[in-house]
Amino acid sequence: MEVSRVVITGVGLTAPNGNSLSEYRENLLNGIAGISRTEIRYMGEVLAGICDFDPLRYQKRKEVRVGTRAGSVSIYCAREALKSSGVDFESMDKNRIGIYVGITEHGNVETENEIHNISQFDYDTKFWTHHHNPRTVANNPAGEASLNLKVTGPAYTIGAACAAGNLGLVHAVQMLQLGEVDYAIAGGVSESIHTFGIFAGFKSQGALAEHEDPNKASRPFDAARNGIVVSEGGALFTLERLDDALARGAKIYGEIVGYHVNSDATDYVLPNPERQTQCMRAALKKAKMAPQEIHIVNTHATATPMGDIQECQAIVQVFEDCPDTYVNNTKGFIGHAMGAAGALELAGNLPSFEDRMVHPSINVDELDPKCSIPNLVLNQPTQAKRVDAILNNSFGMLGINSALIVRRFSDQ
Amino acid sequence: MSKDECKQVVLDIIAEIAPDEELSDVKPDVALREQLDLDSMDFLDIVMELRKKHGIEVPEPEYGELVSLDSCAEYLTPKFNALV
Repeated sequence: MEVSRVVITGVGLTAPNGNSLSEYRENLLNGIAGISRTEIRYMGEVLAGICDFDPLRYQKRKEVRVGTRAGSVSIYCAREALKSSGVDFESMDKNRIGIYVGITEHGNVETENEIHNISQFDYDTKFWTHHHNPRTVANNPAGEASLNLKVTGPAYTIGAACAAGNLGLVHAVQMLQLGEVDYAIAGGVSESIHTFGIFAGFKSQGALAEHEDPNKASRPFDAARNGIVVSEGGALFTLERLDDALARGAKIYGEIVGYHVNSDATDYVLPNPERQTQCMRAALKKAKMAPQEIHIVNTHATATPMGDIQECQAIVQVFEDCPDTYVNNTKGFIGHAMGAAGALELAGNLPSFEDRMVHPSINVDELDPKCSIPNLVLNQPTQAKRVDAILNNSFGMLGINSALIVRRFSDQ
Repeated sequence: MSKDECKQVVLDIIAEIAPDEELSDVKPDVALREQLDLDSMDFLDIVMELRKKHGIEVPEPEYGELVSLDSCAEYLTPKFNALV
């Protein structure tokens, strides 16, 4: 079946180390991380990746008060992506725009806040806010963006644990190819750092990172890694069918040429490298590409002891004979932005199509021998001979795996 | 509590729930929704804040009493004074 080619034409993001693609990319190339200590209810001081974008750039103060943090992240990223795409938004048919936002979870923040609120009133539920349901419905982050942008096409979230950022993009590609929409705003967001539950859960699991220097705490592949740093953030891209993008003379950041999503069906939290390998290979097959044609593999590695090793095993299986394929990771800079992770990681590598620089995985003082795989870019950026394609891995709990392949645009 | 003090209590609540609104020249005898960008959820916020901050209950059939600052003062001032 012949399907339309789909390209990325705009990028909007907020990360703990940058509120625009240029700022974020510059920090990734200069080794500047964005992790800090913050106080959280019941937990006390924790390490977190906190974003400092200004929600009032695109929202009224009342919208910020009534809405959610994830909604604000979505609105900021969507507006920034639209701006960078250069599209004449006012003249567009808003019925033909889709918003597809990947989320790891949503509603925990707001529910915890309300339980805390009624605890001040002897748990009398008449003090429970009427804003609870619109804040906690799973489509909230996409719905708030649709309200803000007055987009009347489909706007919803895709729940896919920490693979969600990729899944938002995959879904957008499919909807554009089906002709359901003409323009898509897609990626992933997270407000996770505002819930104590995610920190407490990872701590109980023995998977919450700690380090005296916050910016050294998230250290994928390092022998002394001790878990995840939870972050908030978002990255949304504008996507269009190639013909539409060319017709309006849009800047093309890359073409999504392949993807795959599968499930481990083996464990609630432990990854399965065999399924990860299958996922990457299936994405390559869809893209009709050989592993040697991929020049950057973004790893999902979250700095858990087992997860990093298993992903390295999976990557070696697929890229065993690929001297020009570099492997990197973003979480040392920004922690694990959950539903936003895959989308932010892709955004961090997209500029490599222009400058051929591969940003490193930082905080690797002593490489874990079990993570020692060829061309792993550590601590300093590398200049590649060429960067024509990126494979973006994103995996999540309950065994969901995703691999997305973006190729430098070439009109052939 | 005087009626003027009661109006100020309501205005203070509105300032919190509708922070983008200019409240310096709210006409007391005109419906709040005719002069401010307030929706039904905002009115529920007013009811909630009266309950939380002041222990005042406004039963649903009486929500209409909160239509303007004047009507708020007429309706709420006796309730405030009954608290003490």
